[in-house]
Amino acid sequence: MTPTTRPAGDPAFLQIQNVVKDFGGVRAVDDVSVNIGKGEIFALLGSSGCGKSTLLRMLAGFETPSAGRIVLGGRDLSTLPPYERPMNMMFQSYALFPHLSVWENIAFGLKREGLPKAQIADRVDAMLKLVQLEKFGQRKPHQLSGGQQQRVALARSLAKQPQLLLLDEPLGALDKKLREQTQIELVNIIESVGVTCVMVTHDQEEAMTMASRIAIMSEGCFLQVGAPGDIYETPATRFVADFIGNVNLMDGSLDVDAPDHCIIGCADCQHFVGHGITGSEGMAVTVALRPEKIALTREQPEGTHNQVRGTIEEMSYFGSFTVYRLKLASGAMLKVSQSNTQRHRDDALTWGDSAWAHWADTAQVVLTQ
Amino acid sequence: MKASKTGIWFGRGWLSLGFAFLYLPIVALVVFSFNDSAIPNQWRGFTLKWYAQLARDEEMLGGLWLSLQIALFTACGAVVLGTLAAFALVKYKRFTGRTLFSGMVNAPLVMPEVVVGLSLLLMLVSVQRALGFPERGMLTIWIGHLLLGTAYAAVVIQSRLQDLNPQLEEAAMDLGARPHQVFWLVTLPMIAQSLIAAWLLTFTVSLDDVVLSAFLSGPGSTTLPLVIFSRARLGLNPSVNAVATLIIVVVAIGVVLASWLIARNERQRSAELAAAGRH
Amino acid sequence: MQLLRRWFFGRGAVIAVPFVFLLVFFLFPFLIVGKISVSEMEVVSFKDVVTFSDGVLQLTLKFGNYVFITEDPLYFQTYLASLRYAAATMVLCLFIGYPFAYFMARAKPSHQPVLLMLVMLPFWTSFLLRVYAWRGLLTDGGWAADAIIGLGLDHVLLAAGLITTEGKLMHTPFSLVLGMVYTYLPFMILPLYGNLAKMDLRLLEAAADLGATPWTAFWTITVPLSKAGIIAGSMLVFIPCVGEFVIPELLGGPETLMIGRVLWDEFFSNNDWPMASSVAVVMVLLIIVPLAIFNKYQAEAQESRR
Repeated sequence: MTPTTRPAGDPAFLQIQNVVKDFGGVRAVDDVSVNIGKGEIFALLGSSGCGKSTLLRMLAGFETPSAGRIVLGGRDLSTLPPYERPMNMMFQSYALFPHLSVWENIAFGLKREGLPKAQIADRVDAMLKLVQLEKFGQRKPHQLSGGQQQRVALARSLAKQPQLLLLDEPLGALDKKLREQTQIELVNIIESVGVTCVMVTHDQEEAMTMASRIAIMSEGCFLQVGAPGDIYETPATRFVADFIGNVNLMDGSLDVDAPDHCIIGCADCQHFVGHGITGSEGMAVTVALRPEKIALTREQPEGTHNQVRGTIEEMSYFGSFTVYRLKLASGAMLKVSQSNTQRHRDDALTWGDSAWAHWADTAQVVLTQ
Repeated sequence: MKASKTGIWFGRGWLSLGFAFLYLPIVALVVFSFNDSAIPNQWRGFTLKWYAQLARDEEMLGGLWLSLQIALFTACGAVVLGTLAAFALVKYKRFTGRTLFSGMVNAPLVMPEVVVGLSLLLMLVSVQRALGFPERGMLTIWIGHLLLGTAYAAVVIQSRLQDLNPQLEEAAMDLGARPHQVFWLVTLPMIAQSLIAAWLLTFTVSLDDVVLSAFLSGPGSTTLPLVIFSRARLGLNPSVNAVATLIIVVVAIGVVLASWLIARNERQRSAELAAAGRH
Repeated sequence: MQLLRRWFFGRGAVIAVPFVFLLVFFLFPFLIVGKISVSEMEVVSFKDVVTFSDGVLQLTLKFGNYVFITEDPLYFQTYLASLRYAAATMVLCLFIGYPFAYFMARAKPSHQPVLLMLVMLPFWTSFLLRVYAWRGLLTDGGWAADAIIGLGLDHVLLAAGLITTEGKLMHTPFSLVLGMVYTYLPFMILPLYGNLAKMDLRLLEAAADLGATPWTAFWTITVPLSKAGIIAGSMLVFIPCVGEFVIPELLGGPETLMIGRVLWDEFFSNNDWPMASSVAVVMVLLIIVPLAIFNKYQAEAQESRR
């Protein structure tokens, strides 16, 4: 459930300023900067080794930045140890203390603050209620299921009412069915508490469904930062376009460049794009076209642009949709995704069939890098 | 993968022979402690007189008392030092002299005791010449046992520390616990079982030690093993069998009890985990 | 002040306390042994190695002990014998212990804790007493002696040169090696078992799938993978055996002189501390290479567990 409400709080509540982290000779995080707003759910998305976990650990205080600053609510936290920071983390392995009961796990952080017993009891009970585990207070972690353990971990990390919540691959350990359920619950709880949240994940679905803004990371750098929709529909580079979802990338050159449209010639087809771009005629560009934006028909559609003919080489049936791979004249493959809106078609396309793929002039994204 | 029939029987045969070999002396010790004869390896008749004699054997009892005291102090000291050493080796990857430190922690495990005993004694004698202290006796024996015990304890505790999930300690710090609080509230409870194992192990090693004790003892500080050793050197002695049987019985009860407790713990946990998995 | 406090109570103390303890009581004594081995013995004390009198700084190093050790055939033979006995013990422990650990690791999982306990139990009972028990078993009239003579095996042992007189099994190379193998067997079994129990059995299934017989799979897969356990066990047996004292004393005889007894006699009987020290120094030099191997294995085992 993508949060639809834009947070109304301070847009620069958490500032990551030119943060760098070197390990020996390896640069894990390379001059990263971003402002995160109060109440936002912000995701760091990337494959393993891209530096997202290192950045999260620097936020938590387990690593110190080699350069740069981390500022929360106007306060520079860069050199503070983890036990003095007003943020809490939910670990990938949950890290519940096995020798303590659920109740004591949640109360752990509160006891370190030296709060009076009655207040601790109230807070713990409130947390148990929040994650719907009221009856489980006396159980030990190994007596709980995976999903329950995760809820305890969440309750424990929220108990101290932190200014920032850090999530490390929150859904990584769950199976698919449980994951969908938990995504919704998690976002609900976080939004109801109103805490600012930074999460780390390698799972695109997780990032896109849970976060209000995503940062795509690779080799220690931010490649693009924006709302899920913006990143998906308007990727800034070839890498981002390829990283998120599926995409067809077609190299070509800018043949015509006008203020309100442009024409790009590729090996197999001519693109008519319904907007102008900054560039000079003749320059090399790449057109990014998402598979679900393409329609397939047996007959040739009208016009000469935004269409190409191919032979169906492969078909993958996913139940609710089918992905076709068309072989084009030049030998390149075009991926087309079609919803299976009808249960049964007599004229359904199959292997070996020749078909026309066509798309609107708003469907493409023109990339120069 | 199923082993072949011959394989299984060969395995069982080898294990049986092996265990027979391991337990033969133990059985012999026990049997002949009841033997009514001064020559304890030929059976004459059943008697309990050696045990009665043991109760009046001042030398043996005195040795036992001293050994128990030393073993107690050794075990306590070795667990503390061993935990510190294990921590240093597991948690701190780099510090000056780490290789030397690691070598010194592991070496007493294998170094021949005559070498350790001699060198420690010579050093203590030099110190005594210079400072007038310490006298050879219980304290010096304790130091030697502590050295050996620390090595054993460090090995046991180190292996448990390494298996510990580092995220647990990070979680504790994240929740506001300072480093020393992390140790007492999280790390220590989790390694508690290995601390107990290390304690028992070093207790036994100290109780059983001959060579170090011989080098480091002084007049009036004869440990039980030294008493047994001097008698054993002279020949076969039924009083030794009696004391041996008692020790074997105590140890056997202890080991069986401990194993049973551990096994029961494991069964309980598996049952709970299985139950949890269902919802 | 802040820095000193942090250092004192934190990481510094954790490292420093055991470090200092070991430096003072383990390393420093070795240096003293080295120094005494080159000192002249003077009744009950040593002449100082370094003296300063009349404006003359004099360094007196007596290497006589070392010369004596290298020249006297008795010492040379004894060192050699110690190494041989230790090696023999190591090989026999490996030969008996490996199948033992192997079959333990392949037993039903529910049986394994019991088997482990049965191996540990003798280990926890005093080794001195169990070695003493072998005296009783091997002396004339003892159970083991009777059994061996009854089976005629004593002729085999005689032929192999392990005993010198028919029917007399005590105080022979045979009884010595038997005692040492018996005592050190658990030290070989336990690391091997730990290693073999952790082995992934699916590797053997893969081997079988690719056409290997169980015998081939054993030699090409199981054995190489258990290399770490073999090295650990072997070092745990070999190194202490070189300097063993109690077992040679109780079960050995005049022709099974080992260097541990020599050191003991030099110290306790002859009261020749410099000589004993020299013997100790040479012993340490002999086991330096296996010691280094053992230390390297321990460090590697630590790394691989991460």
